[in-house]
Amino acid sequence: MGKTMAITGNIAIAIAMKQINPDVVAAYPITPSTEIVQQFSSYVADGAVDTEYIAVESEHSAMSACIGASAGGGRVMTATSSQGLAFMWEMLYIAAGYRLPIVLVCVNRALSAPINIHCDHSDSMGARDASWIQLYAENAQEAYDNTIQAFRIAEEMDVRLPVMSCLDGFIISHSIENMTILEDEEVRRFIGDYKPLNPLLDLENPATVGAIDLQDYYMEHKRQQHEAMLNAKKVILSVGKEYGKLSGRSYGFFEEYRLDDADVAIVVMSSAAGTVKDIVDEYRSKGIKAGLLKPRVFRPFPAEEIADALKNTKAVAVLDRADSFGASGGPLFPEFRSALYDVPNPPKMINKIFGLGGRDFGPDDVRGVFDELVAIKDTGKIKSLKEYITVRE
Amino acid sequence: MKKKGWKEVPIGGVLKDKGSSVAYNSGSWRSFRPVIDLEKCINCMFCWVYCPDSSVIIKGGLVAGFDLEHCKGCGICAKECPPKVTAITMEPESKGPVCG
Amino acid sequence: MAEPLSIKELAKSEELLVGGHRLCPGCGHSIILRQMLHASEYPLVLAMSTGCLEVCTTIYPYTSWKTPWIHSAFENAAATITGVETMYRALKKKGKIDKDVKFVAVGGDGGTYDIGLQSLSGAFERGHNFVYVCTDNGAYMNTGTQRSSATPFAADTTTSPVGKKIIGKQQERKNLTKIAAAHDIPYAAQASPHNWKDLTMKFRKALEIDGPAFLNVVSPCPRGWRTDASETVNLAKMAVDSCYWPLYEVENGKITINYKPKEKVPIFEWLKVQGRFKHLLKPENEGLVKMFQDKIDRDWEDLQKRAGE
Repeated sequence: MGKTMAITGNIAIAIAMKQINPDVVAAYPITPSTEIVQQFSSYVADGAVDTEYIAVESEHSAMSACIGASAGGGRVMTATSSQGLAFMWEMLYIAAGYRLPIVLVCVNRALSAPINIHCDHSDSMGARDASWIQLYAENAQEAYDNTIQAFRIAEEMDVRLPVMSCLDGFIISHSIENMTILEDEEVRRFIGDYKPLNPLLDLENPATVGAIDLQDYYMEHKRQQHEAMLNAKKVILSVGKEYGKLSGRSYGFFEEYRLDDADVAIVVMSSAAGTVKDIVDEYRSKGIKAGLLKPRVFRPFPAEEIADALKNTKAVAVLDRADSFGASGGPLFPEFRSALYDVPNPPKMINKIFGLGGRDFGPDDVRGVFDELVAIKDTGKIKSLKEYITVRE
Repeated sequence: MKKKGWKEVPIGGVLKDKGSSVAYNSGSWRSFRPVIDLEKCINCMFCWVYCPDSSVIIKGGLVAGFDLEHCKGCGICAKECPPKVTAITMEPESKGPVCG
Repeated sequence: MAEPLSIKELAKSEELLVGGHRLCPGCGHSIILRQMLHASEYPLVLAMSTGCLEVCTTIYPYTSWKTPWIHSAFENAAATITGVETMYRALKKKGKIDKDVKFVAVGGDGGTYDIGLQSLSGAFERGHNFVYVCTDNGAYMNTGTQRSSATPFAADTTTSPVGKKIIGKQQERKNLTKIAAAHDIPYAAQASPHNWKDLTMKFRKALEIDGPAFLNVVSPCPRGWRTDASETVNLAKMAVDSCYWPLYEVENGKITINYKPKEKVPIFEWLKVQGRFKHLLKPENEGLVKMFQDKIDRDWEDLQKRAGE
């Protein structure tokens, strides 16, 4: 049943990679994900894995080589952050379009400019329309668990989409936490053997991968991707449940924290959820029915399940660790608001942009949001739909 | 060819039917067609090695004629046929029956 | 070591690039690819950068290829093929593949000299076992003849047009074969489809190399060069006979010139039959022709010197 270790998020990912033992890893180092590829390189150097490691000259080539390798017919993985993911952007769409079950660990970091190395979600949110499944982790344990489950989700035949397993840069990637690591054999049994689909290296049945698709077929292939995302929902749930049996930690689309009877709720992803949980407890002890919804799966977006989870709340704040400049809110807000549109008597909803470029998000910031939600619940009035917090005037 | 729906085509845009472009008639592009006099042909096979459209038919190691379904009539074969041989000529499409 | 094949031996192998593709009549690219494919005794996996050859041979639901083939984007044929080649090594090590397979990436001059140079350089440095073939037609032909860094001096392209003040491309070509060889890869060579014997032999040699190999092949383009479709092979020959496109190879640093014309064809003979150079026929542009010729002469001298001749 595994062992408990005190390690950083990055090392947890590197250990997951070692246990997964992919056929090929192609990666390029970038802060704050660098430690992952460093640690993994040492596993390769020591012969602790069978993986062929390609130390490419850029992230663009990293994803290009991942695409070639995956199309070749084996299990493929990479890791990156921020500008690295942005540099891969073109290839992310192609990996998904070719339906290659590549797993990418994204250690979330703000995008330039100005250049910044700390956490926000602008990198992975920029790829949210790329047809990658996206999983977000609150801590190193979840990042490890998500990364292992990612292979099962990606490789399921009626999904066959790449998966991005995201964790917060520095806050999680570089903090040491106690966590439980499964036995190597348990991981290998859980992910199983890789099943190639139309591999290039099947020389008897030569495939043409990457033909030009014009007005007559492009849309049919895009419709298939839509279907794969729909199929992914049930696969994510069944894999999360099965993983629970193995590890004692089950996973769904999101975590609900004291949400059942909540009047006011915060929606926030990743590491910031821990702070919110503390303040939920504090407000509950004061008699305020506060709650939290922490999304784990952002793509596919589980709209119906979210609507169901939030339908009895009176006021909800969606916290975005990235902005969609010029939009009605950050990337999460319009999705959540739209999910609740058809609920009878939907809650009032506001959006807060917080924590950009690693800006601290502390208990007082959470209190401020809950106080505002209580006021909205009592008065029914919203003073500002989208607002920056954790920022100086 | 009847176009297939999204449930019927393989995912990822993969094509598994190797060499399927032979079903496309690029020969319809042609305004001049190559005509070969097999009696003059010395089987140097320059026409074959220089054909951009894989349209010179070889049978039993000998030049046997042209695949007019795919030949676009570029005229390289006639141009590269050795000057002392000139077994290939280019004729306007509107003219006469095909030989070879 | 690979032995040369006669044309009759080449013709015995299966046609792996079949007809029905949509390349222009007289395209150099498919001539080059056909010669190479017929010359290989190994199963090949091909990767192609975005370009004429890639687009025209794989218009869904048709493919002209009978060997495994992948295209992913414009600038990354080298990175893509190294991914496939690495997966091959991984699976071979695990006993999941037993055949000897060779890996070939093909890009045009846009995908190789320009946007794909970093990807190519990285793949050379990492030492993957693959052959990169550049089919150089000297401009971005697939998008309508825009200049590339392989476009010859003074050529009229849609982004280096002949205007009232500027007469075609102002810069000289990038010497990519020299750059490739400067990576100290085991094999780099220039070839031309008119000399099928030389091209097929070079490709066979490249396939035998353990490590990266590079072939730069001149590929006349009737559309972009503004020439008659039937002239393609002849134009390639003139490019070589004028020493515009010398046939040479660099094996482990040693340069061998594979062909020396008995009499160098004046470059004007090559320029004057191409529409992209028609402005050079004007008497006032004689100076440009001289500059063109001088550059060829200098480069040819330099090559002979580097070859120790």
